[in-house]
Amino acid sequence: MARTALLGSSLTKKYWMALTGLFLCLFLVIHLAGNLQLLDASPEGRLKFNAYAKFMTTFPLIKVVSYLLYFSILFHAFDGILLAMQNRQARPTRYVKEKPSANRTWYSGQMALLGSLLLVFIVLHMKHFWYEMHWGGLPVDAEGNTDLFTVVAAAFQEPLYVVFYVVAMAVLAFHLLHGFQSAFQSLGLNHPRYTPIIKNVGVFFGVVVPILFALIPVWMFAFPG
Amino acid sequence: MSKLDSKIPPGPIDKKWTYHKGHMRIVAPANKRRIDVIVVGTGLAGASAAASLAEMGYNVKAFCFQDSARRAHSIAAQGGINAAKNYMNDGDSTYRLFYDTVKGGDYRAREANVYRLAEVSANIIDQCVAQGVPFARDYGGLLDNRSFGGVQVSRTFYARGQTGQQLLLGAYSALMRQVGKGTVKMYDRHEMLDVVIVDGKARGIIARNLITGEIERHGAHAVLLCTGGYGNVFFLSTNAMGSNVTAAWKAHKRGAFFGNPCYTQIHPTCIPVSGTHQSKLTLMSESLRNDGRIWVPAKLEDAKAIREGKKKGSDIPEADRDYYLERRYPAFGNLVPRDVASRAAKERCDAGFGVNKTGEAVYLDFSAAIERYGKLQANILKLENPSKEKIRELGEAVVSEKYGNLFDMYENIVGENPYKEPMKIYPAVHYTMGGLWVDYNLQTTVPGLFALGEANFSDHGANRLGASALMQGLADGYFVIPYTVGDYLADDIRTGPIDTKRPEFDAAEKEVTDRINHFINNKGTKPVDEFHRRLGKVMWDKCGMARNEQGLKEAIQEIRQIRAEFWKDVRVPGKANEFNQELEKAGRVADFLELGELMCMDALHRNESCGGHFREEYQEMEGPQQGEAKRDDANFAYVAAWEWLGEAGKAELHKEPLTFEEVKLTQRSYNKDRANCSVDPSVRRYTTR
Amino acid sequence: MGNMKLTLKIWRQNGPNDKGRMETYPVNDVSEDMSFLEMLDVLNDQLIREGKDPVAFDHDCREGICGMCSLFINGEPHGPGRGITTCQLHMRKFKDGDTIFIEPWRSAAFPVIKDLSTNRSAFDRIQAAGGFVSVNTSGNLVDGNAVPIPKDDADKAFDAATCIGCGACVATCPNGSAMLFVAAKVSQFALLPQGRPEAKRRVLAMVDQMDKEGFGNCSNTGACEVECPKGISLEHIARMNREYLAASVTKE
Repeated sequence: MARTALLGSSLTKKYWMALTGLFLCLFLVIHLAGNLQLLDASPEGRLKFNAYAKFMTTFPLIKVVSYLLYFSILFHAFDGILLAMQNRQARPTRYVKEKPSANRTWYSGQMALLGSLLLVFIVLHMKHFWYEMHWGGLPVDAEGNTDLFTVVAAAFQEPLYVVFYVVAMAVLAFHLLHGFQSAFQSLGLNHPRYTPIIKNVGVFFGVVVPILFALIPVWMFAFPG
Repeated sequence: MSKLDSKIPPGPIDKKWTYHKGHMRIVAPANKRRIDVIVVGTGLAGASAAASLAEMGYNVKAFCFQDSARRAHSIAAQGGINAAKNYMNDGDSTYRLFYDTVKGGDYRAREANVYRLAEVSANIIDQCVAQGVPFARDYGGLLDNRSFGGVQVSRTFYARGQTGQQLLLGAYSALMRQVGKGTVKMYDRHEMLDVVIVDGKARGIIARNLITGEIERHGAHAVLLCTGGYGNVFFLSTNAMGSNVTAAWKAHKRGAFFGNPCYTQIHPTCIPVSGTHQSKLTLMSESLRNDGRIWVPAKLEDAKAIREGKKKGSDIPEADRDYYLERRYPAFGNLVPRDVASRAAKERCDAGFGVNKTGEAVYLDFSAAIERYGKLQANILKLENPSKEKIRELGEAVVSEKYGNLFDMYENIVGENPYKEPMKIYPAVHYTMGGLWVDYNLQTTVPGLFALGEANFSDHGANRLGASALMQGLADGYFVIPYTVGDYLADDIRTGPIDTKRPEFDAAEKEVTDRINHFINNKGTKPVDEFHRRLGKVMWDKCGMARNEQGLKEAIQEIRQIRAEFWKDVRVPGKANEFNQELEKAGRVADFLELGELMCMDALHRNESCGGHFREEYQEMEGPQQGEAKRDDANFAYVAAWEWLGEAGKAELHKEPLTFEEVKLTQRSYNKDRANCSVDPSVRRYTTR
Repeated sequence: MGNMKLTLKIWRQNGPNDKGRMETYPVNDVSEDMSFLEMLDVLNDQLIREGKDPVAFDHDCREGICGMCSLFINGEPHGPGRGITTCQLHMRKFKDGDTIFIEPWRSAAFPVIKDLSTNRSAFDRIQAAGGFVSVNTSGNLVDGNAVPIPKDDADKAFDAATCIGCGACVATCPNGSAMLFVAAKVSQFALLPQGRPEAKRRVLAMVDQMDKEGFGNCSNTGACEVECPKGISLEHIARMNREYLAASVTKE
C-alpha cells in the first residue's frame, strides 16, 4: 500500500484531473464574462475593456489566482499526458477492428487529442494577447492603459485568425461535453437523483460557453466598429 | 462382510455428529503447518474446503482446470440453497429437512449423512452472510425465503436467479483471501491426471499445466477431490463444457470404489436440441411450470406438419391439443415431479408427437396464463369490456414481470417470441447423484483420499431435491471436512514432506505421459468430439430417462465398440507441451468411455426403479399407479459400490446395506397421497433449480 | 445443416511471444440456430479433419455465467447485442455472406496464451489483494438475521456482485482500464455492513493491485457499462472513487 498517498495511484491522478478541470471551467466563466466586453466597440467600451485588462494583470489577488491558473493548466495537461501514455501502454497491441461508436461518444475517447489541441491553442492564444499585453510594448489608450482592445480588434480582422478561434472553440466544446460531467464522476459525486442534472448542466455549459467565446471573433470580424 | 465400513458414529441420529466431533482426533496448530493438503476443484465444495483448511493452518494446494477458481460450474446453479432455519415459522426443522431429503432421494441415501447435512445447513447461511453474500432480503432487512416447487415449507435462500454464483463467489473470495496470505497456493489451468498412492495411502497427484503442457508432481498428506459430477458422459447436458469425470475416474482406477454410478437426474425444462451442432443444453427454471401448460398435438399429422415447418403451435386449435400431464395426472397436472414430467415428455415424443425438427420437444404454453392474468389485471384496473388484445397486453406484462429474464433467454437462444408462440422444452441431464463412495468422514476406500460435493455419492440417494446441491457442496467443504480430515491427518504429524521423487510418482507420471503421447502420436482421422457425441447418444438413448435390460446390454457392446475405435482412430492435433484443448478433451472422453460402461452395468444390475433410475421392466403395470416407478426395497436397499478390477468393463460389486431407523420406508404413491391433500408433504422431488 | 456462408478473420498467435496475425477462414453450413461458439466448433472440426491446428478459445459453461468466454467480435467484446456473453450470442444476429472479425481481449494485463485465449489471472490477484470479508469458517457466527440490511442496499450490492469477471470492460475500454471490475467488488462490500470494517483497507489495496497489474486509467467513457454482459453500472465506479478518496484522505 505504498502508493496510496495523494500522488501516484491511478485514481489520484483522476482526482487531480477533475479538480483542475473544474477550476479551469470556473476560469472559463470569468474569462468569458470579461471578454464579452469586447462586443462593445464604442469608444467608451474600448476604454472600459482596457481598464479591465489592466485590473486583471495588476490586482494582487488576481495575480495570485492567475498563477494558480497557469499551474492548473500545466498540471491538467501534464497529468493528462501521463494518463494517456499509461493508457497506451495498457494496450500494446491495437485491435484490428474496433467499433467505438457502439458504446461511447467519439469525443469521450479522444480527450487526450482534444486536450492537446487545446494546449496548442492556449499557447498561441497567450502568445497573441497575453504576451503582447505584458511585454509587447503596446501603445496606450486615452486613459493611459495598454490598448489591448485595438490589438484584439486588429487580430480579428484576419479571417484565418477568426477561423482558428472558432475551430478551437469547437474543440473546447467537445472537451467540455465529456469533461464536465466526467469530473464529477471521477470525484465520486454520483447520485441517481443529481447525476442527470449534472449531465444536463454539463451539456449546457459545454455548448453555451464555447459558442459565446466563438461569438467574439466572429462579431468583431463582422462589425469592426 | 462387506469391505465397506461406513464409519457411522454410534448414538441417536441427532447426536451422532456431535458425538463424532467430540471424539475425533485433532491436529495441533503447530503441527498443521507441517501438513500439506491438495484440493482438486474449486467449486462450492473445493473452494470452501481449501479456504477453511488454510484458515486452520494447513498448507493447501488448490487446483482447477479453468482459468480462475471463480469459474467452477457451481456458478451456474440458479434457484437457491436449502437451510433448516425456520425463519418463516412454518414448522421447518432439521428433522424435516432430513426427512424430506431421505424421502426425496427415494430411500437410497445414508441416513446419518443426510441428518448431518440438515444439521449444518443453518450454519452455511450464517457463514455466507458474514462473507458478504447478498442474499435476497425483505423490506425489514431480513433474509427472504421461498418455497420450491411444492415443498411444504419455505426454506430456500436465494439471490435472484443466481444463487450458485453468489455462493461460489463468496467461497472464492474466502479462497482468494488465503491465496493472498500465501496459505493456499493456487494452480489454475491445471488438470489432475492421476492420484499417487504410496503404501496404500493417497500421497499426491500428477497434474498437467494446461498452458505449458508440463507434467507436474505434487505431494501431500491428503488429497481432496471436489471435482463435480459426470453428466457430460451424455455429451449434451446442462454441465459446463469442461466438466469431467477424470479426477474421480483416476481415483477409481487407483482403488476408490464408485458408488451408484447409474443415478442421473434429468431436468424436465431445458431448451431442446436444435441440431447436430448442439454443444450443450440450457436449463430453464422449473418455476415456469407454475404457469405454463405442457402439451403436444393430439393428432400425429399435426405433429408432423409442425416438424416440417408447415404449421405452428399456435395454429393448433384447443380441441386438438393433448395436455398430457393434466390428462394423466389430473390431481397435479403440470406440477408433477421432475422425473415424471421428463419421462412423460419422452413417452409422447417417442410416440411421434414431438414438435421440433429433431422430434424431441414438447410445448410449454403460457397463453392460458396470459389470458388469466390479463383478465385479472383488467379487473384490478376496472376496465369495462376490455378487448382481447388489451387483455393479452396486460397479461403479457404480468408474465414478463414474473419470468421476463427467462423469456428473453429463450428468445435469444431459440429465436422465437415465447409470448406469441408456445415455448419448446425437453428434458436434459443435469446432475449425477452417483460418485465416489465415501464413508461418514467423506473418505473414499483409499485412505487419505476424500471426495466432496457432487463428486461423492453420499447425500442425495437416487434423486436430489432442488436447492440441495449447493447445500451439500458447502456443508462438505465448510463444516464436515475440516473436522474429519484432521482425524485422518493426526497420524501424519511426523511424516514430513512427501517426497515426489519416489518410484510411485515415477510410475504414475509415466502412465500419464504415455497416454498423452499415444494421443499425440496416434495418426487417427476423427476429432475427439465425434466419439463423445456417439457415446452421448448411446448413453442418452439407452441409459437415460428410461432404461431396460436389452438396451443396456446393447449399450455396453456399443460403448466397447466406440472405445476401441476411439483409441485407434482419434486425431489429436498439436503437441503435448503446449496449450492444447483437443488433448485435454481426448483425456476426458477416454475416461467417459470407461465410466459409461460402468453406468450401464450398474443400471443393468439394479432390477428396480428408484429416483433417477427408471427401469421400464419395473413399473406399476396397472391400477391408478400405472406407469410409475416400482422400487424393490427387499433386494436393492443398498449402495452399489464398484471396485475397478484392472480394465474397463471389469468391476466387482460391493454392497453397503442401507438401514432406515428414522424414516420409514414407504411405497411411493404420490398420486394417491397428493390427491388427498392439496399441498402434499411426502412427495419427493418436485423442486426447481 | 445450416445455409449461411461466412468469412471469418481470426487472430492466430502461437504464444505470448509470437507476433500474431489475422487469418481468413471460410465456413459453410452455418445454421442460424447455432451459438457463436458452436459455429467455431464447426470451424475447428473442419480444421482438425484437414490436419490443421484448431483455433484456441476459452469457454466453459456456455450459458453466460462462468465468465470464461471472451471474444472481441466485429469490434465489440461479446459481439453485437447487449446483456449477453459470447456463448449466448447466436448466429441469427449475422447474415449470409458476412465477414466476422474475431480477436482476443487486448490488454497488457491479459497476455495472450494462444490465439483467442488470454490469461486473466490479474483479476484473481486483485481479488486476493482485498476482495473479501476477513471472516474465518466457523460454526458459531452470529445468526444470518442478526444484522438487518436495508433491501435497497442488499439489492444494489447484489447488482454489483453479478459481475462474472469476464474482462469485457477491460477489453472494450479505450484505455484498457479495469475500473468496472474492481469497482463492482469494492462497491458490493462497501454497501454491506459485513464489508464496512475493512472498507478502507480493501479499496486501497485493490486499487493498488489494479495499478500494479498494468491496467489503464478510467476516463469515464462509459463503454464498459454498455458492453458489460451483466449491465454493471458506472455508479459503482463513482462509489469506488468516493471510497478511495475518503480512505486516502483519512488514512493514518
